[in-house]
Amino acid sequence: MIFKEYDPIKKKMFQVIDNDGKVINPKYMPEISDELVLKAYKDMLFARTSDLMILSYQRQGRIFTYPPNYGQEAISGAVAQVMRKEDWLVPAFREMGAYLAKGASLKEIFLYFMGYEDGVNFKNAENFLPYSVPIASQLPHAVGIGYEIKYKKKDQIVFTFVGDGGTSEGDFHEALNFAGVWNAPVIFIVQNNQYGISTPFKVQTASEGIAIKSYAYGIKGIQVDGNDFFAMYKAVKESHESARRGEGPVLIEAITYRRGPHTTSDDPTKYRLNAEEEAWAEKDPLKRLKAWLIDRELYDEETEQKLIEDYKKEIDRQFIEAENYGPVPIEDIFKYTYADMPEDLKQQMVEYQKFLQWKEARGL
Amino acid sequence: MKQIMNMVNAINNALDIKLAEDDRVIVYGEDVGVEGGVFRVTEGLQKKYGAERVFDSPLAESGIAGTAVGMAVAGLKPVIEMQFSGFANPAFNQVVSHVSRMRNRSRGKYSTGMVIRMPYGGGINALEHHSESLEAIWAHIPGLKVVIPSTPHDAKGLLISAIESDDPIWFMEPKRIYRAIKQEVETEKFTVPIGKAKVIQEGTDVTIVAYGAMIREVQKASVLAKKEGISVEIIDLRTIYPIDKETIVDSVKKTGRIITVHEAIRTFGVGAEINASITEEAFLYLEAPPKRVTGFDIIVPLPKNEPHFMVTPEKIFYEIVRTVKF
Repeated sequence: MIFKEYDPIKKKMFQVIDNDGKVINPKYMPEISDELVLKAYKDMLFARTSDLMILSYQRQGRIFTYPPNYGQEAISGAVAQVMRKEDWLVPAFREMGAYLAKGASLKEIFLYFMGYEDGVNFKNAENFLPYSVPIASQLPHAVGIGYEIKYKKKDQIVFTFVGDGGTSEGDFHEALNFAGVWNAPVIFIVQNNQYGISTPFKVQTASEGIAIKSYAYGIKGIQVDGNDFFAMYKAVKESHESARRGEGPVLIEAITYRRGPHTTSDDPTKYRLNAEEEAWAEKDPLKRLKAWLIDRELYDEETEQKLIEDYKKEIDRQFIEAENYGPVPIEDIFKYTYADMPEDLKQQMVEYQKFLQWKEARGL
Repeated sequence: MKQIMNMVNAINNALDIKLAEDDRVIVYGEDVGVEGGVFRVTEGLQKKYGAERVFDSPLAESGIAGTAVGMAVAGLKPVIEMQFSGFANPAFNQVVSHVSRMRNRSRGKYSTGMVIRMPYGGGINALEHHSESLEAIWAHIPGLKVVIPSTPHDAKGLLISAIESDDPIWFMEPKRIYRAIKQEVETEKFTVPIGKAKVIQEGTDVTIVAYGAMIREVQKASVLAKKEGISVEIIDLRTIYPIDKETIVDSVKKTGRIITVHEAIRTFGVGAEINASITEEAFLYLEAPPKRVTGFDIIVPLPKNEPHFMVTPEKIFYEIVRTVKF
């Protein structure tokens, strides 16, 4: 239904609650239990608390460069409630809630950003590719997986993510085009957080939005308030059902705001104003969902403070576990390069071991 | 007048000089305008020269390189930035199929004189795709010249030469030493010629050819060697292609030994090319096999294991000892 009502050509953003958590679009309020809403809120709160903890670990020099999700939690938070174990997740790198829902542990996430490859070998998560750093390059992979799903007649859906900056890359357009041609069961989620590092959305495209681009590829598209959990949940749920019915790909443009830096190496004060940040703070996804929960008497401040305290302990416990991970064997840097390791590379590994022995013997 | 500069300052200064004196120069890329680049190399230039000359592009490397071809054939002088060398890969098609070939295809009628700048190399605890050294791939493309400075002075002089060249220049900046090395640099315009290596330390026992961030490691290794009574001659290659064979051959004729050092992986690398040239042109002067100290033929590991991959003074010293004792 929403795809007709919110056809991108109408230039209407799909929204269910306002900035104060009041339902302004009851017709499209999703059918969702109070328990699930509360769980979603807790997921989002856990992601946010983790992010804030990571920022302080990073300042202490205990973790390397990290891309925070701060302000965008409702998007992954909605996907987390819809995505099934058998569905695929083809990530970019700013979707913590979705990773945790897929079965990644926070400890694994920490490991990766501490510089361990093992951190993306998610032990308890199936159908989850490692993060993809080259922007938008993961999107065609999602479509290829979608082809396999159709070919093998499986009941699976692929979720894939990209930012607004990534929609400028050729791979974004090629992936949407392939997905349209193949009618592949892929849900493309564009986290339009207004900035590609320092570059504002209006410099990325002369188009007013991204959802409208679905027209050019003959696929469904919708622009959603990405800070509105209910709107996101409804859009993701309907996209999931539609794709499962064989109705092909969907492009969801989630309008949001990256309240933190691009990564911990970035300084947003160089390119945006306080006033803008404050205006978006009003639209914060946790603030809005919390207001709805409190209004329904499902939640209160006291519970929140206790949750945050518990989360902090849990996050710190997993962080320290990651810190104590210890060294990995030298062979690990060689052995995954090829299925069948060339002799020459084996020789390089042997030579390196000899060098290390020499170095030790020389006391260097 | 001279001023203390690091490599970031020196490159910024070179861009400033060329923007001021040549209105055909256009600087663009991802985040280079308002922010001045993620490493602040282009900081202040948009303010000084306006957003028509220094600007942020959409996030699309193929588009950046492809539009630069159009600008260049129409008579402008684009100086484009790839945010990280590892992110230049989407531009590969434009560079291999057009940037490097337009002159030949049009029988010299159209030139694609441009500079494609990018930070490259490891050792900064970065995420995946941020640490590679891919110079050999780019040097393997006819029509492209590849430049890698190792000092602020050379970075400035080489970049000015690159902007003034009618050939497209692939300009790789060793980001690990962006701010680590400071020296006095002339603030006025000067050039350092492309295609000329430099003997930066004279020695008698072994020639070491290196470039970029490896120069500093070689210098440290030569101190270790000196303690053992080994005298090292160091050549800073400065331009990867065209290779200054003459300087290298002359040195090897004197020392009789050569080691090439690079951070990039070993196989089909710059070291292979140099050692092949030496075997061809100075064979009878050699007292030991030409050797290489390089990265392994693997993906650059993430920070925890990256130190294994990196070329260190100890690794270089190890090879020096083996070569001299051969």
